[in-house]
Amino acid sequence: MPAEAGAAGAPATTRFRPPPWLATAALLLPSYAWLTLAVLLPLGTMFAFSFLEATPLGNRPVEWTLRHYRAFHDQPYLLGVAWTSLSIGLWTTAICAVVGFATALALVRATAGRSRETLLILLLLPFWTNGLVRVFSWTMVIRGGGFLDVAARSVWPDAPSLGFLYTQPAIVLGLVHGYLPYMVLTCYIALLAIDDAVIEAAMSLGARWPTILFRILVPLAMPGLVTGAILIFVPVIGAFMEPRILGGRVGVTMGTVIEDQFTQAFNWPLGSALAFTMLAVVLGVFATFSGVLRRTAQA
Amino acid sequence: MLRIARLYIALVLVFLYLPIVVMAAMGFNASPLYALPFEFSTRWYQDLAGNDRLIEAGWNSIWLAVLTSVLATVFGTLAALALWRRSFRGRNLLRILLLPPIAIPWLITGTAMLVFFFWTGIGRGLHAMLIGHVALAIPYVVLVVGTGLQTMRADLEEAAMSLGSTPVHAFFRVTLPLLLPSIVGAALFAFAVSLDQFVISYFLSVPGMTTLPVEIYSAIRKGFTPEINAISTILLVASMIIILGFARFARPGGLGDSR
Repeated sequence: MPAEAGAAGAPATTRFRPPPWLATAALLLPSYAWLTLAVLLPLGTMFAFSFLEATPLGNRPVEWTLRHYRAFHDQPYLLGVAWTSLSIGLWTTAICAVVGFATALALVRATAGRSRETLLILLLLPFWTNGLVRVFSWTMVIRGGGFLDVAARSVWPDAPSLGFLYTQPAIVLGLVHGYLPYMVLTCYIALLAIDDAVIEAAMSLGARWPTILFRILVPLAMPGLVTGAILIFVPVIGAFMEPRILGGRVGVTMGTVIEDQFTQAFNWPLGSALAFTMLAVVLGVFATFSGVLRRTAQA
Repeated sequence: MLRIARLYIALVLVFLYLPIVVMAAMGFNASPLYALPFEFSTRWYQDLAGNDRLIEAGWNSIWLAVLTSVLATVFGTLAALALWRRSFRGRNLLRILLLPPIAIPWLITGTAMLVFFFWTGIGRGLHAMLIGHVALAIPYVVLVVGTGLQTMRADLEEAAMSLGSTPVHAFFRVTLPLLLPSIVGAALFAFAVSLDQFVISYFLSVPGMTTLPVEIYSAIRKGFTPEINAISTILLVASMIIILGFARFARPGGLGDSR
């Protein structure tokens, strides 16, 4: 790569031209200055806050401490909360993987041309609408006496209430609805790259469809599955409005605990420490799977 | 097999759209308690017209999205030109730096902004939300415009310059017209990102300076009426139209035609 191409001796032209590096810097400056101000500096500040004894208000002297990072040890209920978040994250990711992979497979193998394009847009469109509104819309369906109950009772008038709003499955349902399109898209891209000849060869050699599915399609689409899983798991463990709206009393997750520290308890240092613990988990997930991804890509 | 696969896709679409359709329908149901049977009424849309709080929040959302879209599109396009048309040391690092706003959970980014803006005295409110929304939208703009630049031939600009055009002149007469579909697509995308953003707005809002999603959230938490369905439906339809517009402009095929 010709780094700093021609930085030293750009040929003199008749008109004045700024040196190339200056132009490059000028093009980059607005975006990266903005990102620094709005994302990088805030993250740095929050990291510093996580070592403070208490929220710095008024003239209180600043004291440094590590104790907020011991929160999981000092407040054992947080372990249960972390487990709730983790199990919600794993369930959501697993269901999205199965349903999303199957959707992508059906799309690739059973549709073509314009109708495939239209179906793909229809599948992805909800993702770019307001997540809050979509979560809210589920409360209309799964509340006691909601759409689900009405539909069930139109078939069997004495049906017991099927409403399961304010339970953990309700949270998972809302999250699956929110993040499924990610998995459809990443699996679709991965499956599209598989050569039909490979499948035809397997079939002509007598492979049945479970063999084709688990020995060819799933392994070859693994990068898509892993990418989708990361894109879903990471935001899901930080989710707080889905648990609040769909989980009610049972919807206590790491996301809602962190939110509480900033909006209710006003314990910013603890909230910062918990947020950075979560960030460490997120980075750990990225680091672990970037290796897996690279290996699958090479294999 | 083929029929089962198509039926399955249809079921997934029902799963994705059913709650949205139910929610929208309830906005046209007369009962304030969401009671059925369904009785058509535009009462909640009429109430909405008199709800100053929601209307003000709606205007805030729209202005915020317009400003975010303009700023992020201008800045992001400039950065994309540098990242895809010029070679310099540290280019890969700068591309990686675009990822944090996309990859870090918004809860963490949002609370970090709250802490930093409080500490520096920037404070909360619409100006703080604008700073946050633009930062979220810039990476998307850079990626969309960058993809457009990748599919566009660089030699056209070089040809223009070899024929005596200045870089600025070549940009405005050659690059910009060819890149316009990508830029319009990116602007629509940035608009949608801002319009639908809730988490960051939530942490940076103050009473009286909120956006529509924040107002909807507090209404849901306090106990809601079908008015919320009405405003939610409007918001949903608006963002769907914008994203369909984005898909129309930013598709690579459209770029090929304009060459």
